[in-house]
Amino acid sequence: MTTTPTPQPLLQMTGIIKEFPGVRALDGVDLDVRAGEVHCLLGQNGAGKSTLIKVLSGFHQPDEGTITWDGQETAFSTPAKAIEHGVATIYQELDLVPHLDVTENVFLGHEISRAGFTQRGRAHQRVRGLLQRLGHPEISPTRIVGELSPASQQIVSMARALSHDTRLLVLDEPSAVLDQEGVKNLFRVIRDLTEEGVAVVYISHRLEEIREIGHRITVLKDGRTVSTGLAVADTPTAELIKLMTGRSIEYVFPPRTETPRDSREPVLEVRDLSLAGVFTGVDLTVRAGEIVGLAGLVGAGRSEIIETVYGARRASSGEVHIDGKRVRRGSVTASVRAGMGLAPEERKSQGLLLDEAVFKNITVSSMSRFARLGFLDRGEERRRSAELTASLDVRPDGVTRAVRTLSGGNQQKIVLARWLLRDCRVLLLDEPTRGVDVGARSEIYQLIRSLADRGVAVVVVSSEIEEVLGLADRVLVVREGEVVHESAAAEIDEAKVLDLVMEGKVPA
Amino acid sequence: MSQDTARVEQAALETDRESNPVVALMRTSVGRNAGLVVALLLICVVGAITAGDRFSSTDNALTILRLAATIGVVSIGMTFVIIGGGIDLSVGAIVALSSVWCTTVSTQTMAADTHWSVMVLVALGVGAGCGLINGLLIAYGNIVPFIMTLAMLASARGLAEIISDKKTQILGAGGADVSGFKEFFNREILGVDVQIWVFVLVAALGWVLLNRTTFGRRTVAVGGNPEAARLAGINVKRHTVYLYVLVGVCAGIAALLLVAKTTTGTSTHGNLYELDAIAAVVIGGTLLTGGRGTIVGTVLGVLIFQTLTNIFVLNNRSFSEQQLFKGAIIVAAVLLQQRLASRSST
Repeated sequence: MTTTPTPQPLLQMTGIIKEFPGVRALDGVDLDVRAGEVHCLLGQNGAGKSTLIKVLSGFHQPDEGTITWDGQETAFSTPAKAIEHGVATIYQELDLVPHLDVTENVFLGHEISRAGFTQRGRAHQRVRGLLQRLGHPEISPTRIVGELSPASQQIVSMARALSHDTRLLVLDEPSAVLDQEGVKNLFRVIRDLTEEGVAVVYISHRLEEIREIGHRITVLKDGRTVSTGLAVADTPTAELIKLMTGRSIEYVFPPRTETPRDSREPVLEVRDLSLAGVFTGVDLTVRAGEIVGLAGLVGAGRSEIIETVYGARRASSGEVHIDGKRVRRGSVTASVRAGMGLAPEERKSQGLLLDEAVFKNITVSSMSRFARLGFLDRGEERRRSAELTASLDVRPDGVTRAVRTLSGGNQQKIVLARWLLRDCRVLLLDEPTRGVDVGARSEIYQLIRSLADRGVAVVVVSSEIEEVLGLADRVLVVREGEVVHESAAAEIDEAKVLDLVMEGKVPA
Repeated sequence: MSQDTARVEQAALETDRESNPVVALMRTSVGRNAGLVVALLLICVVGAITAGDRFSSTDNALTILRLAATIGVVSIGMTFVIIGGGIDLSVGAIVALSSVWCTTVSTQTMAADTHWSVMVLVALGVGAGCGLINGLLIAYGNIVPFIMTLAMLASARGLAEIISDKKTQILGAGGADVSGFKEFFNREILGVDVQIWVFVLVAALGWVLLNRTTFGRRTVAVGGNPEAARLAGINVKRHTVYLYVLVGVCAGIAALLLVAKTTTGTSTHGNLYELDAIAAVVIGGTLLTGGRGTIVGTVLGVLIFQTLTNIFVLNNRSFSEQQLFKGAIIVAAVLLQQRLASRSST
């Protein structure tokens, strides 16, 4: 980090707001990027990073806010406009055409041609030059991109970005597909680019990388900028994690029920559960009325654990028992029948039928209760659903409206209502307050606690350590596919959890 | 609830509302179907003007319905498969195989002693069997529906040719008594052919199945969001099998109608039915991506095509012109559908 970035902001975004039906993805984001710096963008999944990138690269238009580019207010109205200004984005899911060769991909959309005929020779030569500059002269310009390794494909993406006159390069988790050597090379390329005055927006969950390559940091949370322009050198890692996972507002968590946990029957018992390559040897016992929290960083295997418990992924070994009875492996239907319910991480794509009515979403898992010889009693369905939505205070009410029109918090209530209706014994909640508006969170917490008080065994996965500690009776810390710690929530504090999740990740 | 939440909801509600009342209406299934009724009426007006009394007569109306019955039954089954997120290209071939197989049964001498209902069971059984093979390989073999049913299209017609030796099989040629069969399917009830009643019955059952039963609800869930359906505990694979069996049975019923009408079974029966059925379903407003569709829309789609055909025939226009026009209508309907869909989702 020998270069001193010029203080002149190349890009300035102020008060960016972007709304989608039912959710406000960006709620006032500020970001300023200077020429020649590596600006790191940090935030949990769902914090709004991807939406922000899409606004930056012209895919989405902000509802409010201004974008100033090189001193002039600009609108990136289309991706082509953004590219024209010199913004190049390399997405996490690489956007290459697998059946075309390297050169064809690099110049896709701006082929080198004369009179409509592509000039392959010249194109190959330029690609060779670009690959040389990227430190990968061994990639042949004529190789079919689909045959390349993910790391090499990323290089091709970068070559494409550089084939334009790029002034700002956005990299979305570029290190996810790279090994150590690849990351080293990536950093070298980034340093070369910044020395030439190119600005880089770098997104990664790996804090140690940010420490190595970044100049300044902006932290996003719940679609807002929590902190902007932090100098990497002056900000301790623990503070960064706190900014990402911490709460901007203090939440009131419902009080725990004072029952010695051993006095209750175990409902869910997980024994030595493993999923090859993801996690190993997970043991978990949850008693009636107990809330168990799984804490850990993104990618530690938390979601995978509960999805496997639920049968949505097929365990490579291990057993799941409910009320002492073994549940068939890898079958959601069997799990649901045994009394399990899941509120999945991606509520919209995994949890709900967005265009369908509220009541249909609630009864979808218990249809047979409303059916006689297969015929549904729709009046009864609506009546029971209305009772539930009223008791959960879903707003606006009305069980025939499409779920799409509800806010995130109310959509989550619909998912919970589904399992409430089934009287399920075990409830697995993956990021239960993701995309839930700040105001509605306490309600969701109350709801989860009241479910437990009715005797449901609850497992909560959350990226927010405070949420796990505040809500759960017992906490399991997961790191790299292993449970590294288990204790009562009252016996552990945030600092300890931070230590545990970061151990081995951050150079002391 | 915070102001924030209220604001988001307000925004969501507003995007749900549509300033243009016609567009708003057309986004509801009732509105879309009303639009189809209007289209059908307009077509009838054209028919009345160009062909006069030859078009506007009860007899002609019954002719249209009679011709619509066969493809209509297939289209009802197709509606379910498409709402469920699949497609079946093999319906025409299954019709051919069912027709050949059940007429073969009727030509066996041993069939002389058996009741004609055996023929019915064979036709339905062949349809269900083909559907079962489609469904199992799609659901558990993870073959894409397009490819699997394309393979079935080739194989089923091939088998039909082998069984019939590429000959047209006359119903009951072997001496079996099939008069009961012929009588039953060519009878009139209340002045309307049994063929038409079968279509009405299948459509009505289809409507009830889709809108009033757990099966219908699951079909919509599986087609609309298979991952959410799976995580909600629905056995998506098994349901997929049921859907293909259902359309197979519909093809079997259509085969019976054809055999009764033509008194023959041949490997050329049901040619291009898959395209006509898909066209009717699409015109009827069912999304090819699954998750949304109506039986009423499909019935109207079938009637629109059949009425158009009728008008073309009455005006002595060629089959080629019909085809040309049909293609244009499909494109227009899909363009309209996409416009409406893109407004309703963001």
